[in-house]
Amino acid sequence: MSRGITASQTVGPFFAYALTPEPDGFTPLVGNLLRTPDAEGSAIRIEGRVFDGVGDPVPDAMIEIWQADGAGVYARDFPSGSNHKFRGFGRCETKLGVFAFETVMPGSTGGPDGSIQAPHVNVGLFARGLLKPLFTRVYFEDEPLNVKDAILNLVPEERRNTLIAKQVSPGAYAFDIYMQGPNETVFFEA
Amino acid sequence: MKVTGMDTAYDLESLPAHPPYLAPDYRSTRLRAPLKPLVIIPHTLSELTGPVFGHDSVREHDADMTRQHAGEPLGERIIVTGRITDEDGRPVRNSLIEVWQANAAGRYIHERDQHPAPLDPNFTGAGRTMTDDEGRYRFVSIKPGAYPWRNHPNAWRPAHIHFSLFGPSFLTRLVTQMYFPGDPLMPLDPIMNSIPDEKARARLISEFDIETTVPEWALGYKFDIVLRGRAAKPFEEDAR
Repeated sequence: MSRGITASQTVGPFFAYALTPEPDGFTPLVGNLLRTPDAEGSAIRIEGRVFDGVGDPVPDAMIEIWQADGAGVYARDFPSGSNHKFRGFGRCETKLGVFAFETVMPGSTGGPDGSIQAPHVNVGLFARGLLKPLFTRVYFEDEPLNVKDAILNLVPEERRNTLIAKQVSPGAYAFDIYMQGPNETVFFEA
Repeated sequence: MKVTGMDTAYDLESLPAHPPYLAPDYRSTRLRAPLKPLVIIPHTLSELTGPVFGHDSVREHDADMTRQHAGEPLGERIIVTGRITDEDGRPVRNSLIEVWQANAAGRYIHERDQHPAPLDPNFTGAGRTMTDDEGRYRFVSIKPGAYPWRNHPNAWRPAHIHFSLFGPSFLTRLVTQMYFPGDPLMPLDPIMNSIPDEKARARLISEFDIETTVPEWALGYKFDIVLRGRAAKPFEEDAR
């Protein structure tokens, strides 16, 4: 019996005091610092901006990320996971035009048909004007597994670069999201 | 595309209940909806897992938005309760729900809300709770007011409460809005009307429930939510 799923509606412009409340006083449940002292994996920072169709930075979006730790273990796998505290989930708003996450470089994970997925961070983008979230992934430049990644290989080659974060300094990666335009980021349906 | 080791599959056929990205009557979608085709991907470990929150994520008064300040907020006290299930009616247990809303005058505490209606020093309008073993939840609040927005001339949002839910995976994540029965602004609302199917729109309207109502104290509304997800399928089944 299908009951019909509940439809999505926009997060709107005024979510921050509930969902990303650090500047607003309501105790945050989750923020943009994912890395824990015992987390498996090397420390990285992922930073970027979100642009709309006329190239203006979007100041009222929320980015959520979900990733495996450096051993390729999602926190769901606890207690068999490689650590006890890394939860792999983060949130950041783009109030100042930018977002940033302090986390660890994810390891490779299992993929379709026994393949291996290249290290990646799953991204959900929520904003006023988005009636449902946009899903994308952050991959990392110079990662040899990228060429065999089953998901990347579903993406038209000329657009694949929109999913690859660039290393701007040791351990720091830049990943901008374009909602529209010639460099429109690849978004997924799943 | 085979997905191995997974016991849950999500039908793409369920997705048309959602609005499209581009709904031109809702002006903000015009520059923010993707215009290139989405890439359909199989459900891998990355999509079929998701963050888990424990009951320690939520404090006692997080679910009662009338008790987060020294005094009581102004407005009509309400209880909002319901059940979170998947598409087969199975409860979504021990799962985080976050809500936020305007105050009784239709004003959000958010710094960017410029609607010239009064703030209420006794109302923040942000709440959290966890579903129980049957997927049930309960919030106490005050009824939010309608408010104007600049989408089109004389545009008003119907009264609503924002809901954020997780469910068991990254694919069950849902952000939606709950509306109130009989609100005359609903048929005029481009955000609600972005949902193509009338039945799907109707599912976002809570139901006044006299059983939930507490005599001499608060009116009760029921709002059930259905997340993606179906009964377990064999491991080697096509998950697309």
